[in-house]
Amino acid sequence: MVHLSARRRLVVIGNGMAGMRTVEELLARAPVRHAITVFGDEPHPNYNRILLSSVLAGEKTMDEIVINPRSWYEEQGIALRTGDPVMAIDRAERMVRTGSGQVVPYDDLLIATGSRPLMPPLPGIAMEGVVAFRDIADVEAMLAASRSHRRAAVIGGGLLGLEAAWGLKRLGMEVAVVHLMPTLMERQLDAEAAGLLQRDLSGRGLHFFTNAQTEAFMGSDRVTGLRLADGREIAADLVVVAIGIRPNVALAKDCGLDVNRGIVVGDDMTTSDPRIHAVGECVEHAGQVFGLVAPLWEQAKVCAARLAGDDRAVFVPPPLSTRLKITGIDVFSAGQLGAQDEADAEVVFRDAATGVYRKLVIRDNRLVGAVMVGEVGDGGWYFDQMRRGTDIGPIRDRIIFGQAFAGAGPGGADPASLPDDAQICGCNGVDKGTIVAAIRAKGLTTLEEVRAHTKASASCGQCSGSVKALLAHVTGKAVAASEAICSCTDLGHDEVREAILTRRLKSQAGVRAALGWKSEDGCAKCRPAINYYLLCAWPGEYRDESRSRFVNERLHANIQKDGTYSVVPRMWGGVTTPAELRAIADVAEKHAVPTVKLTGGQRIDLLGVRKDQLPAIWADLNAAGIVSGHAYGKALRTVKTCVGEEWCRFGTQDSTGLGILLEKALWGSWTPHKVKLAVSGCPRNCAEATIKDIGVICVEAGYDIVIGGNGGIEVRVTDPLVRVESEAEVLEYCAAFLQLYREEARYLERTAPWVERVGPASIKARLVDDAAGRKALYARFLFSQTHSQTDPWGERASGAVDAFEFKPLAVVDAS
Amino acid sequence: MMDWIEIGNLSDIPSRGARTVETPRGQVAVFRTADDAVFALINRCPHRGGPLSEGIVSGRLVACPLHNWVIDLESGAAVAPDEGCAERLSMRVRDGRLWMNLDRAKAASHG
Ligand code: SRM
Ligand SMILES: Cc1cc2nc3c(=O)[nH]c(=O)nc-3n(C[C@H](O)[C@H](O)[C@H](O)COP(=O)(O)OP(=O)(O)OC[C@H]3O[C@@H](n4cnc5c(N)ncnc54)[C@H](O)[C@@H]3O)c2cc1C
Ligand code: SF4
Ligand code: FES
Repeated sequence: MVHLSARRRLVVIGNGMAGMRTVEELLARAPVRHAITVFGDEPHPNYNRILLSSVLAGEKTMDEIVINPRSWYEEQGIALRTGDPVMAIDRAERMVRTGSGQVVPYDDLLIATGSRPLMPPLPGIAMEGVVAFRDIADVEAMLAASRSHRRAAVIGGGLLGLEAAWGLKRLGMEVAVVHLMPTLMERQLDAEAAGLLQRDLSGRGLHFFTNAQTEAFMGSDRVTGLRLADGREIAADLVVVAIGIRPNVALAKDCGLDVNRGIVVGDDMTTSDPRIHAVGECVEHAGQVFGLVAPLWEQAKVCAARLAGDDRAVFVPPPLSTRLKITGIDVFSAGQLGAQDEADAEVVFRDAATGVYRKLVIRDNRLVGAVMVGEVGDGGWYFDQMRRGTDIGPIRDRIIFGQAFAGAGPGGADPASLPDDAQICGCNGVDKGTIVAAIRAKGLTTLEEVRAHTKASASCGQCSGSVKALLAHVTGKAVAASEAICSCTDLGHDEVREAILTRRLKSQAGVRAALGWKSEDGCAKCRPAINYYLLCAWPGEYRDESRSRFVNERLHANIQKDGTYSVVPRMWGGVTTPAELRAIADVAEKHAVPTVKLTGGQRIDLLGVRKDQLPAIWADLNAAGIVSGHAYGKALRTVKTCVGEEWCRFGTQDSTGLGILLEKALWGSWTPHKVKLAVSGCPRNCAEATIKDIGVICVEAGYDIVIGGNGGIEVRVTDPLVRVESEAEVLEYCAAFLQLYREEARYLERTAPWVERVGPASIKARLVDDAAGRKALYARFLFSQTHSQTDPWGERASGAVDAFEFKPLAVVDAS
Repeated sequence: MMDWIEIGNLSDIPSRGARTVETPRGQVAVFRTADDAVFALINRCPHRGGPLSEGIVSGRLVACPLHNWVIDLESGAAVAPDEGCAERLSMRVRDGRLWMNLDRAKAASHG
């Protein structure tokens, strides 16, 4: 036991990622060796800077990216001083002086001041509305600007700039990206990959100005735009500058340490003063500076070992790989971008139609570079071949097709054969050893659990596959062909569905018993899925189990953030009447509904209704002939229509009437996920049929049916299914498609990912080429509908169903 | 001070479901599990106040309807990795009748 006063005093300057990782590593090795004081310029506990991009994109909250809360520092006995920057280091006296005037002596000093965003010395740079993208304050400034302003410009088309641009776009801003070079991310991507990336991002609504040099910021108090050297002007109320970073070396320079671009350190992470160590983006090692976390984790390990008294630890910079953290865009890059001389060979695969591009650079039968766009699942595997210098000679002819096709060649990516320090998650710097230890120590069994405990795969998610493989390896369970439904079972959705049919399982308990469920009761994940599968398999026989329904489907209303509900009546094909509108208005007034809103689905939403008010509201709507719109259900939602032939000068068919016909035929059916239709009267497509689950576009010669579109999180344009001549055929095809989706898609899988997964060709084969099959699907759909077209609101308004749901069990007075 | 109050019958609550009770301490959710055990929690999720009574009950857990936190009915605590606790009230079942312990002293101080 080390006596308190005998502890060495360690002062850490910089409460950021590298500094605190070093402290964590040190505590793990030598928990009582040092009395630690940490100074941070920022007012926050340390947080995961990488995930600022996710905060901006709305995928994470600030709270979720904190790495160590203040309580952690307390528990570890670390004195944390946030918002108090160190101003000077006195090496002779061995102490630091802070902004608040504190003077603190040290035995060991760790400088981990990171880097500063590079800001061009242009006129107007200091104006309000010009920000960098480095810390929480920057993100807060961007979030605030997005609420009151509309146009943003991002200077810099590198990793950071593109992530900032995407986040601002997600916040609803118009975003222009201004990039000095001809192609995006030129340090990580070759021209072709960059072109694909730019095409993809343009498709998502970002505007690009390449070869563009910013000359000045316009505006007087607040920025109003940018002027480029070629004279073009870009209007913007917010400008984010992301053109690069510079190591933050001021303190080190002022106290006379060796400094070039960064603070010079040796392999032992020690500066030119043996008492002073440095880690992170502020250092320069063997002429190299750093901008990604992977090498910083290595530095932290070495520095901690040294501080703990181990003088063998040396820093060897690991090879680096890059991924872009934009949901739905897959880009991977590592090593060389292309051949540098005759000894290098490039192998390229491209499929312009699907936007997949892959280039490998090979030298002496070793992989030395990989650039991938569109499909990056094999990125980790390639990277591993590079890191280990595997001889790829035997698989050279196949390696471009990825691990699966290259076969388990020498030293394939079997996780068992990876060394413990092999990095699995690049974003969060989690290595194999950490994941394996967590799985063992905490008995983890699912990807989600591993993610929660180790942060592996928590950011960009691209290493999920490797984490799963490790999980399987450690727990000894075979990797299920499809992902297990939930932790109650190892079986995937398809296997369970098949068993329900072939083994004629007809109750939830029966499914759980027959298929060896690990929990008696199931859970909130598998119960709704199994309930749906049974309902679909045995129409009329299986009784819907309300206790396995998510609240919205149990109460037939959408729960809101304050626990009230919304009521969305059906408005067939988006057509209404004065009488219906009057009835809705009366209901809103009579029941004092706080908000009446038009939805994006051509109908009216009554928001803020208390649970106990629901039956009375439904009764009043029913009295006017209005029924549930299923806005809450994995069911048919809306059939959007345009005015069509009856009024529109371009209309070719009665799109409104056809929409109503379809909605009346299809409503009430339960589906794996929600289903939306649209019918447009001509190819101008005012009803936006090409981003619906099923779209119908009327043309002179008939009707084009299109399928598998989605306008939500990941926009997908429909695939054409067939052109038919009559409304009756439209109905038959649409219903048959819906039934195929009902029977074969997985629960919570929308038509877009389903069509993507099975391929539009396979659906055409079933519906277009196989007329008998289509008619059989249609017949099964019609049969199922005979059991599902009862208005759930009517049933409950009459008090015949679930009356207890809408009143309290008891009221206990205060007396 | 302890107060046991009769609030209804076990059969009034659906199996794997919940009903609410209005009390001076706020709305309470009373849960019945598949094996007929009964638990009561103040009806506010420790995350953002979601009504736990509307969640899916499985085993001794309820999943909050708003953002899917899972709460242990026996303790009121959120299941890791989430952190937080919904306040628990004691329940008794006697001959199919439900009794809830409402601590009046606490009720007064909580208004
Ligand atoms: C009310 C409405 C917004 C509005 O005020 O206009 C709405 C409200 C909600 N939408 Fe939506 N969506 C509404 C039209 C849309 C549309 C536009 C459309 O239907 O034409 C889309 C994009 C089209 C599409 O689905 O392809 C849309 C894409 C989503 C998504 C993303 C789905 C996806 O597959 O990517 C979600 C999330 C989900 O379902 O998991 C969602 C989820 C939600 C939820 C259910 C969020 C939630 O879980 O609580 C909101 C419920 C609010 C409520 O209780 O009323 N909402 N939502 C619209 C209701 C239309 C209706 O009449 O029923
Ligand atoms: C938006 C964004 C996205 C990123 N995405 C990725 C990614 O996907 N993958 C990846 O590998 N890397 C990514 N990075 C880079 C990564 O975050 C950095 O490499 C890493 O944070 C550097 O760690 P550090 O400790 O050296 O510096 P920092 O984390 O910046 O910590 C330095 C700290 O020192 C403080 N400080 C400075 N001077 C003083 C002083 N005088 N006194 C007290 N405190 C001081 C600073 O305020 C700061 O908090 C991203 C960075 C950003 C900004
Ligand atoms: S209504 Fe839809 S878009 Fe609007 S906040 Fe809710 S889920 Fe998001
Ligand atoms: S309020 Fe319960 S999970 Fe968010």
